[in-house]
Formats: sequence, C-alpha cells, structure tokens
Amino acid sequence: MHNRILPIIRKELIHILRDPRSLTIIFVLPTVMILLFGFAITFDIKDIKIAILDQDRSQASRQVAELFTNNQYFKIAADLTNRGQIEPLMMDRTIVAALVIPEGFGADLVAKPAASLQVLIDGSNANTATVVTNYITAALASYTMDLNSGLHAPVVVQPRIWYNPDLDSTKFIVPGLLAVLMMMICAMLTSITIAREKETGTMEQILVSPIRSYEIIIGKVLPYIVVAFVVASVVLAFAKIVFAVPIRGNLLLLAALSLVFIYASLSLGVLISSKARTQQVALMISLVGTLLPSILLSGFIFPLFALPKFLQALSYAVPARYYLVIVRGIMLKGIGFEYLYLPTLSLFLFGTLLLMISMKNFKTNLEG
Amino acid sequence: MNKQISVQVNDLSRHFGRFVAVDHISFEVYDGEIFGFLGANGAGKTTTIKMLCGLLLPSSGSAHVKGYDVYKETAKIKQNIGYMSQKFSLYDDLLVSENIEFFGGVYGLSVRELKTAREKALREFGLEKLSGKLTRELPLGWKQRLALACSLLHKPKILFLDEPTGGVDPISRRDFWQKIYELAQSGVTVFVTTHYMDEVEYCNRISIMHSGKIVAMGTPHDLKEQYNKETVEQVFIHLIDK
Repeated sequence: MHNRILPIIRKELIHILRDPRSLTIIFVLPTVMILLFGFAITFDIKDIKIAILDQDRSQASRQVAELFTNNQYFKIAADLTNRGQIEPLMMDRTIVAALVIPEGFGADLVAKPAASLQVLIDGSNANTATVVTNYITAALASYTMDLNSGLHAPVVVQPRIWYNPDLDSTKFIVPGLLAVLMMMICAMLTSITIAREKETGTMEQILVSPIRSYEIIIGKVLPYIVVAFVVASVVLAFAKIVFAVPIRGNLLLLAALSLVFIYASLSLGVLISSKARTQQVALMISLVGTLLPSILLSGFIFPLFALPKFLQALSYAVPARYYLVIVRGIMLKGIGFEYLYLPTLSLFLFGTLLLMISMKNFKTNLEG
Repeated sequence: MNKQISVQVNDLSRHFGRFVAVDHISFEVYDGEIFGFLGANGAGKTTTIKMLCGLLLPSSGSAHVKGYDVYKETAKIKQNIGYMSQKFSLYDDLLVSENIEFFGGVYGLSVRELKTAREKALREFGLEKLSGKLTRELPLGWKQRLALACSLLHKPKILFLDEPTGGVDPISRRDFWQKIYELAQSGVTVFVTTHYMDEVEYCNRISIMHSGKIVAMGTPHDLKEQYNKETVEQVFIHLIDK
C-alpha cells in the first residue's frame, strides 16, 4: 500500500523540479510578493504634500505652520500667498491638502473662546483623504493641548496601541502574505497538477491500475505540503530578518497550526481539480475561488467588520480568514492555543468537509 | 478444444444522459485470443473498453473479466488487466526509465520486481539506448512502444488496447502487431479496438460495432464468406450503409 504512494510522490517531485512554471510560482512569486508588499505597498501615509496659506502672519500662525514643517508625516509642497493658487496645485496633484490660516487668527486666539482654521483636502481618493484628515486633526490637537496646558482639560484621552505600537503595516501584512502564498501553492498548484493529468490522459492510465483514489491524492498532495512549508519558513525568516516583524509566540505552535491551514487549502485544491477538466479551468477557478478571497475577504487588507453584511457572511467560507487570526495572534500578540482552538477547529472541519466531497467526486468525474 | 472464457459480456448498456453509447451488447472473448472491435468513431468501442477496465460503470447488463464482476470487483479486475489508450498516456517530462518505474510502482511492484521488469521491458522493446531520454523527445512510434511496455510490467492476463496505432507510421504498426502476436501466443488475451481495416486481418475474431450495437461477429474469414465480400472493409461498408 505504501509503496504505491511512494512512486506518485517521486513522480510529482520530478514534475515540480522540471517544470519552469511551477518553479516560478514556488520561488519567484513569493520573493516578488514579499518585496512588493514589504517595501513598496504600505498603508502608512507619509510625506503628505500640503500647502500653507498664512494670511495672518502672526506668531500664532507661524507656530501652527511649524507643526507641519517639523513633522515626518507632512511635507510642505508650497507656501502660498493667495487662495487662487490652491486649486491648480490640487488639480495637478502637487498637493493633497491645503491649510488656510485666516487673517486675525492670532488675535482671535487671545480675544475669543475659539479661533478658526480652514483645511482643504483632495477627496478623489477617499481613503487617503480620511487618513490625511486624521493626521491634520491630530497635529492640531496637540497644539490645542499645548495652549491649554495651564488649564484643566475635562477629558484627556491617551491612546496606547498594543502589539504593534508604531502601527507599522508591514507587521500585519507579512502574516497575511504567508496565508496568501500558502493558499496559492497548495490550492493552485495541486488543482493544476491534477487537471493536467486528466488532460493528458495519464490520470486514466493510473486509475486503470489497482491504486486507490486516496493513494493518488495523498501521493500528489504530500510534496506540496513540503513545498508550502519551505516557502512559509523562508517568508517568515525574511519577515523577521529584513522587516523586523516579531514572532512573539511559539514557533512550533505556528508550524502545527499552519499545517492545519495547509490541509484546508489542499482540500480546496483537490476539490477544484475534481471539477475542472483542464489546467486552464483549474487555474481560473483557483484564482477566483481561492486567491482573490484570500486577499480581499480574509482581513488581509480590508478589515472584515467594515465589509457589507453578505460579504462578511461569505468570509466564513474563506480559510485564510481563520489562518490570519492564528498567524497574527501568534506572531504579534504571542498568544497560545487556548485562544486559537476555534479558528483551528474551523479550518480542520472545513478541510475535512471539502476532502470528503472531492473524494466522492474524484472518480465519478473522470467518467464520460 | 476447451476454450476458457476471459471476458463475458451480457446485455451491457451505457447511457450518457439521453445518449445511448452502448446498446445491449453481448459477446465472449477466450483466453489467448486476439479479439478486434471494429467501428467508426463514436460507435461505442471506447465506452465498452472503459466499462470492462473498471473506469466506467455500466448502466445495465452484466460483464465479467477473468470471472470478476465489473460492478463490484474492479480492484481485482485492475490487477489482472493492462490498458493502453490512443493517447499513449505517458509523462512527457519523465525519462523513459522513470515512466517505466512509475507505472510499475503504481501496480505495487517491489523494488526487486521493478528492477527485473524494467530491464526486461527495455530489452524486449529495444528501448535500452533511450532509457535516459526525456519521453517528450521520442518519436510517436517509440512512445507507442513505451506505452505498451508500461502496460505490461505487471504481467496482465488480458490486455485492452484502445486504438493503439493511431497516427503511427506503417513500420511501427507492423512491429507493434508483431508484439501483440507474441503476447497472444504466450497466453495473453488481447482486446483491441481499431478503425484500420488492414489490422482487422490480424485478429482471431472481430465484432463490428455501429451506433452502440454489435452488428456482426466472427472470424475475418467467416464474415467475408457470410456477406460474400472480398475484404473486411467491404463487409464493414456493407453493414454500416444498410
């Protein structure tokens, strides 16, 4: 029985090593993705290009302007002399925001209970606009606090952010990347390799032998478990060394629970291949059915609670959703299994269910 | 002469939805016989072979291969048969020797059995010099030899060949049939489908299939006599045109 699985494993390894396409997916893709997500794609907004129109020219107005000059989040793109200059700059995207300090600002600050400032923001990218608004408000809030320092402020909020105090986005992206890459290798490659055998007729040739379908599936899937593990280790090492992403929890626990995720992803891959007759179809289904949800519906980039209700419901069927809770939990929060048994159980049940369906489908779908 | 039945088929049918691919066919094949299935594309030859190999369940009727039931005992059937399809299903990115080792391994041959079987296959099919080559580099005729060699590694008692000579040059075809002859001589039952009329003459008995039904069966000689024709091709055209 064992010696029937072994030849399949051996052959599968030869396929992987001799096929430039699978080598690309296994080695080049993870490298490109980690470099891209690690260095280029970041959700922290720095160097917000802002213009300042100081119509007051007072000591107070200069203090306000200084808030933005000595600040890593802002870059003064222009010093303006009149309002008419703002719009052209915004149109050619030289600036995303403009701060207008009206005449009499300094005097109002002394004489009246409150003084007004105007901030103009480019709303064509709603996300950026929100972030920019928050940053400007925060900068001005600190100034207001300074002014009030002699008085008693009624309520003072002191936010303290745990687990990722600098809100560094690489720290939460890299764990997500781990999920996406493993999903890709497991689901996409297995579904393609099985579909390829159907296309060339070799699957029929194997099925006419006494080998059992579970032996075929185990033999085909085992090499990819190893590959997924290797890729995951490399990504993790990269994350730790190059991006200083912490691994606060137990590494062994992470490895063990990753195995459960790999199991679920592989089951998904096998299920896809039991339906797809050609490699092309398998590739399309796995792209749309696994990769996109793993990026969009897992909490990798967009927070799940912010999604519309029906997409939230759909996200329960995305294995990466559970795995992300596990990886971020172990890496960033350093939590143990006692907090993670629910997502682990979900992944395990998910994988088993799919595997049972696909085992049933596997043979019957070869007919005809 | 005491003839042992190798394949027995009774009233066998297979539908795909409304389409009837195989329509109540019955026949017997004896040990050591070369039994030819002749018919146009879509006549139901491949469907019949797939049912006998345990790749496809029949819709109705019964069939036994080496005494084993095609509904319930496919595992035992599979251990006893060899199968080769028109696609010469080999792995292009594997070496010739690796293909042999793989298919032997799938049949559960031990390391020692595998070694003997590989040497024998390479020698008997003249593949020794090619054993280190990638299969994709072989000419079609050699791929066909390799496919046949791979289907014989576990010493099957019945060999099913589904249009085994499609697209292959005449010399390779002749060599191939020479091999088939030797196999039958050694007691292997050969069940072969074809639409090459000249190949039919190599068969001990043939059955002509049309639209899922068997329309004639017998030795090539008997069929020619029965329908008063010079060649099997004329018999075939006569029957199909009716």
